[in-house]
Amino acid sequence: MTIEVNTPTLSPSSTDARSLRPLLEWLARRAEPVAISLGAILAGLALFSLFILVVGKSPADLFRLMYTGGFGSWFSIQNSLSRAAPLLLTALCVALPARLGLVIIGGEGAVVLGGVAAAAIALPLTASVSPIVVIPLMAIAGMIAGGIWIGLAGVLRHYRGVNETIASLLLAYIAIALMNHFIEGPLRDPASLNKPSTAPLPAEYMLGNIPGMDVNWGLLVGIVACIIAWVLIEATSFGFAARIAGGNVRAAQIQGLPVGRLIVGFTALAGSSAGLAGMVEVAAVQGSANASLAAGYGYTGILVAFLARHNPLAIIPVAILLGGIDASGGLIQRRMGLPDATVLVLQGTLFVVILFCETFYGRFKIFNPDLWKSPSLSGRPNLSGRTA
Amino acid sequence: MDETGIGIWGVPLAIFAGAIRVSTPFIFVSLGESITERSGRINLGLEGTLVFGAMTAYAIAVMSNSPWLGVLAAMATGAVFGLIHGWICKFPKVNDIAIGIAMMQFGLGLAFFLGKPFIQPVAPHLPSIPLGGWADLPQIQSALNINVLFVIGALLSVALWWAFKNTRVGLILRVVGDSSDAARAMGLNPDTVRLLATAVGGSLAAVGGAYLSLFYPGSWNEGISSGQGLMAVALVIFARWNPIGCFLAALLFGGAGALGPALQSVGVTHGYYLFYAAPYVLTLVILVATSSPTRSLAGAPGALSITK
Repeated sequence: MTIEVNTPTLSPSSTDARSLRPLLEWLARRAEPVAISLGAILAGLALFSLFILVVGKSPADLFRLMYTGGFGSWFSIQNSLSRAAPLLLTALCVALPARLGLVIIGGEGAVVLGGVAAAAIALPLTASVSPIVVIPLMAIAGMIAGGIWIGLAGVLRHYRGVNETIASLLLAYIAIALMNHFIEGPLRDPASLNKPSTAPLPAEYMLGNIPGMDVNWGLLVGIVACIIAWVLIEATSFGFAARIAGGNVRAAQIQGLPVGRLIVGFTALAGSSAGLAGMVEVAAVQGSANASLAAGYGYTGILVAFLARHNPLAIIPVAILLGGIDASGGLIQRRMGLPDATVLVLQGTLFVVILFCETFYGRFKIFNPDLWKSPSLSGRPNLSGRTA
Repeated sequence: MDETGIGIWGVPLAIFAGAIRVSTPFIFVSLGESITERSGRINLGLEGTLVFGAMTAYAIAVMSNSPWLGVLAAMATGAVFGLIHGWICKFPKVNDIAIGIAMMQFGLGLAFFLGKPFIQPVAPHLPSIPLGGWADLPQIQSALNINVLFVIGALLSVALWWAFKNTRVGLILRVVGDSSDAARAMGLNPDTVRLLATAVGGSLAAVGGAYLSLFYPGSWNEGISSGQGLMAVALVIFARWNPIGCFLAALLFGGAGALGPALQSVGVTHGYYLFYAAPYVLTLVILVATSSPTRSLAGAPGALSITK
């Protein structure tokens, strides 16, 4: 508890400092999330280094390999970008509902169903309809399937008061059971023997690579989706209303905002984003719907979204970074004899430390202009309304 | 499978046996979570604790050749996970639900990392009590082959139910869970109580994991848990934070989980993957039926964030 003892007349402030002040305030507020996030990442890496030392390996070697495997060559950069593509879309599945204060962790279910829906709509059409029609249809089917799935969690949240975190996770398990049912039953290709899957898509019905790169079009789809989501949140009245409802549901209801429609709309959009990730996985990577769809992209997406503080533009670099870490897993395994789960330990450590560091927001005077000594602003309550 | 003995009666028997076999991890995780939630905090990280407990128990049992030492070691690591969760959550602005998700990923990662060398070796199993010795049919004998941990879990749920009502510790937990301010007025430190409650909850969840790796299915691998830790959170809500309710709900979930394998064993294979979704569908249906958009749940601890 600080008691303001300065009286206005005692505080020194020259006219120069006063004219610089708006700029400094702006810088301070912008610097806080960047500084705290970077500090958290460094602290997480330090803890992880400690762990690696304890198991008897060299952290320096590990980080060097991680760089080599993730970003050290054009080949590894392309590999990282390929792995980032689904993460962009699954992170949006967490970040969009987070604007409304909802924690959705079942993106994996939307990925899986999006993939199955894409395959299910494409396979009967591949004999007669042109790829130019079928590929967009696959994307739409994937988005609808994923959107319904996560949108359902939103419906249950708003109209029944069911906790969305648990509901979305249960829906993810149900989705995986549904996928197994389809790829083992009605959609199974008899030719797939020990790895059940749907029939393969003909090559011309697959999403190819971006020209000049060994990275499929999914990357571009993901980046565009992030930009659209950013515009939606920052520049439309829909996004503005969501931010109000996320801050205080009661206030939003009193102001007559359609909270129910916002919740269902945002969760459905979130799900369609993850469903699109499933479609890309089928149409660009796997070539058919099979159990590899449940590869954990939905769960890594949670981490990406939290690291990016639910900012769709920040998701782009974070997803590429985590894609790189992911891509280096194999190299670490081969060269250092560490298990492939090393990457998971690093991700988990970073995740815990970064959430822990939320506690430092508003604690450092330097980032909070309201606490700077100033005649006009001292004692003003903090109304900055930091978004989570 | 052999149907000659009891024919179609094999299905309810298999579900009954399965309910007892599958429910034990649910019992321990949900009892642990009910202690934590009674203190006003929620720990979604129990899924990670469960898996890490399974790995620890298996590894220690392999090395020491004693399954009980494995269970004890799992309890210790579970308590450490709970302490970490509880310590982090006492800082302001830290979201306990998000930390739970993070601790879940951390626990899974660490368990897969450290557990890699233990996928091959075979650990000694936990003992079970052959209550079906009187019967001639092998199906009944195996159905009544009840693990010691199931019995301990059943007794523990009654003990906890009694303790919440009648003991000083139970009262302290309930006061802290209902209102931090009331607790402070009584001279209690809510953070300390919640820290300890989270640690106890973690160690019980780890016992659930130990059961998975040391009895049923009885081996350590990376897919050992399929969301039991998280479903237990829903189960506690359904059981209204009542330990005996937790026990009964765990049996119900166990029975739902045994539906798929039971049908498969009598030759029903069509669409049986859908039956694997039964426990999740059941959980969701129960959540929908018992939640309400307008009021908080009856019996919910006042300081709990998830029911608001």
